[in-house]
Amino acid sequence: MLANEIFEQLKAEFGEAVIEYNDKQPADSYVVVSANGLFEICHRLRDKDDFLFDYLMSLSGMDLGENVGVVYHLYSMKHKHKLVLKVAVPKSDPKVPTVETIWRTADWHEREAFDLIGVHFEGHHNLIRILCPYDWEGHPLCKDYETPEFYHGMKVSY
Amino acid sequence: MSEKKRLDLEYSQLESDRMRINVGPQHPSTHGVLRLEVEIEGEIVTEVVPHLGYLHRSFEKHCEKMTYPQIIPYIDRIDYIAAMNNEWPYVMAMEKLMGIQIPEKVEFIRVIMAELNRIANHQIAVATFGLDAGAFTPFLFFFRDREYIIWILEKMSGARLLYNYFRIGGLAGDVYPGFKEDCLNIVKQVRKTNAEVMDLLIYNRIFIQRTANVGILPADVAINYACSGPVLRGSGVKYDLRKDETYSIYNRFDFDIPVGTGEVGTLGDCWDRNMVRVNEMEQSCRIIEQAIAQMPDEGDVQSAIPKRIKPPVGEVYMRAENPKGDLGFYIVSNGTDKPERVKARGTSFVNLSVIPEISKGYMFADLILILGSIDIVLGEVDR
Amino acid sequence: MENVNFIYDLLGKNFIAIILVISLPLMFVLVYALAAILAELKVSAWIQERLGPMRTGPWGILQPIAEVVKLIQKEDITPDKANKPLYNLAPFIIFTGAYAAFAVIPFSEYFVPAGINLGLFYVFAVGSISAIGLVMGGWASNNKYSLMGAMRSVAQLISYEIPAAMAILSIVVLASTMNMQEINKLQSGWFWNWFIFGGPGSITKIWVIPFTIGLSLIYFISSLAETNRVPFDIPEGESELVAGFHTEYSGMKFAMFFFAEYANMFIVAAILATIFLGGWNSPFDTFMQGPIWGAFWFISKAFSVVFVQIWLRWTLPRFRVDQLMYVGWKVLLPISFVCFLAVSLFVMLK
Repeated sequence: MLANEIFEQLKAEFGEAVIEYNDKQPADSYVVVSANGLFEICHRLRDKDDFLFDYLMSLSGMDLGENVGVVYHLYSMKHKHKLVLKVAVPKSDPKVPTVETIWRTADWHEREAFDLIGVHFEGHHNLIRILCPYDWEGHPLCKDYETPEFYHGMKVSY
Repeated sequence: MSEKKRLDLEYSQLESDRMRINVGPQHPSTHGVLRLEVEIEGEIVTEVVPHLGYLHRSFEKHCEKMTYPQIIPYIDRIDYIAAMNNEWPYVMAMEKLMGIQIPEKVEFIRVIMAELNRIANHQIAVATFGLDAGAFTPFLFFFRDREYIIWILEKMSGARLLYNYFRIGGLAGDVYPGFKEDCLNIVKQVRKTNAEVMDLLIYNRIFIQRTANVGILPADVAINYACSGPVLRGSGVKYDLRKDETYSIYNRFDFDIPVGTGEVGTLGDCWDRNMVRVNEMEQSCRIIEQAIAQMPDEGDVQSAIPKRIKPPVGEVYMRAENPKGDLGFYIVSNGTDKPERVKARGTSFVNLSVIPEISKGYMFADLILILGSIDIVLGEVDR
Repeated sequence: MENVNFIYDLLGKNFIAIILVISLPLMFVLVYALAAILAELKVSAWIQERLGPMRTGPWGILQPIAEVVKLIQKEDITPDKANKPLYNLAPFIIFTGAYAAFAVIPFSEYFVPAGINLGLFYVFAVGSISAIGLVMGGWASNNKYSLMGAMRSVAQLISYEIPAAMAILSIVVLASTMNMQEINKLQSGWFWNWFIFGGPGSITKIWVIPFTIGLSLIYFISSLAETNRVPFDIPEGESELVAGFHTEYSGMKFAMFFFAEYANMFIVAAILATIFLGGWNSPFDTFMQGPIWGAFWFISKAFSVVFVQIWLRWTLPRFRVDQLMYVGWKVLLPISFVCFLAVSLFVMLK
């Protein structure tokens, strides 16, 4: 199934929560959804027979300036089609519902996005840092991130 | 001795305690600097908590500060065992983003390089898995053969491990004279060693007892955890990007996808995962033989390399079948010569996340084998 | 029964002679350990199609000496929280246990340090001392890996001593003596008089031969477990327990463990050679038979067994701890009982 057909079906079912479909760029086209409806949409994408997106290839956090975004790359083992989902939330309140109960692989991906970008995944059972030390401050992959001078008395930048 | 301690314990008060031990970051069998916090009751593992990040080198942050071609050497260092395979999805993603058509000869050389490196990677994987089980000799057999493969890759690229050989739109250099003969000799040698190791290790009674029915990963759990590569195929799922999402020229070659069969135990156990790797080496040999036979002699490998690499605004997610699974690169371009964001979807990172799920209830010695059968590289886990 | 000892014959039974008798096996252990380390390096290299050490001396034969020098130079680390007296004592206890067993090993017709009548019993008794040392070292290191290794090794030693004891007991029944020198003398003549082939006797012994061969295999397998060799090297299973009970040891104390392991290998090989393979007897009746040749035959038989131990180590993977117990209790023990009964029946009917 092509991405625009999936978009039409999602739009018909979820209405407002599915915001736009973009296929103007040279490579991948994507569907933008709102954070509120994300969990239901993902659930439907995994379980409906026409979609069956049972494989979450990648989950990436992104710093979009004023917003932070999360990009989901989905794949279906049975139908062998792909979909890119995007969601954006303001940096002041970066709350996105977790999808770790839908795809267990999202657990570590979400921890990584939280660690590096600072997206707060609501409902995640163990949202702690994964790559940086547990008591690190700041989110290193943000564009406005300043490397701290010292970490526990050790010089960081050199 | 300052004072004598009084020991008036009653035996009914004694409790059998669970013990928490740290496996790693300095441990012979964690394949790098991984720390597993393991809770054991006697010898039975009750909980495993992986702690990552000891090898975090800020790959993604580095990428935002560098031009596109400058990123390639850093990509080598993600999975340093199979660096050729790592570079491939990245250059493919860039070629897709910029709409570059690459010459046929480049595709052939890329396939041969990637498959040679896949064999080298699987040799390390099977060898270290045997080492985890206590068999030392197959380890050295494999490392001896891997050396020959590395010599070829060194002659092609100038480096033993971190090749920096693929270019966006081409390659760093053409093949050297005698390349084809070298490759065919390697194929012969690999097959000979594999036959030997089959007797010595794979079908050894003790080895089967150790690995069969251990660390069983059912297919649905594997898919839900987005496992890929031999870990997923070991569970019987016939999923290989070279066939399922054919990229480059893999549709021209005749090869099979080995999957786990549960031949000596349950489907999806450690033995199956290991066996998939052994069988994949044979399939890679077949691909190399066919590619050598079909490869055109003429052609310029650098003709399609663009002078200025400045992709249009856009984003692309590209993945390729790495020896360890599918490695994906999500590249967002903002129209300049530096990327807005590069996300590497590390195979080992995702495959490792299944460890707490499948290692509960097995013995402590099995945990090491399960970890070995997943074949992680910490450079890819922590990036 | 008086045993012949050439040193006492030469010097008379005085203090110097006793010291000499005691120190001869020690010399032997040290030289043997170096040779065995070299053998391990070279045999493993041969199996793995490499050269092995080649730089120290011609063909690398000085490599073990270089390693000992290295170990002596190394810093001797004692962990902060370790129980120091026990930690320091453990390697010596293990080495003592291994060395004490040499007292009754009959090297030749004219040399056995102490020809006591309960030789085999004594070997078994002092062999168990090393278990104490293992637990001591493992517990005193205050390291969880060491502790686990020590617990495993004790469980293993105790389990495998029973089949080994059954195997030896069967031979004691056949030979009706526990004196190792006597057992050797019984096996003189051609090699079919060895106890692995049922011992001396008429053609009627033919039906006991399968059982005695089985017993020798049982003893060999158990001895691998008792010396912590592959495939039973679980106490020091490198991949999971780092180095098991001697994780925290370094320098010369580590070397003591190392020496003790090789000495133990020789002990079990020597017992196997003595009670099953005819000890210092020539395989071919009077051909090359005699006191000096006896030492040659004994040492070469023991070395062949050591060679098999090394060979297995570089070929097989290691068992898991529960599989090890399974093999010990549910396979070897019943078979050894059956063999023991068969041998006893044979002796009764004879």
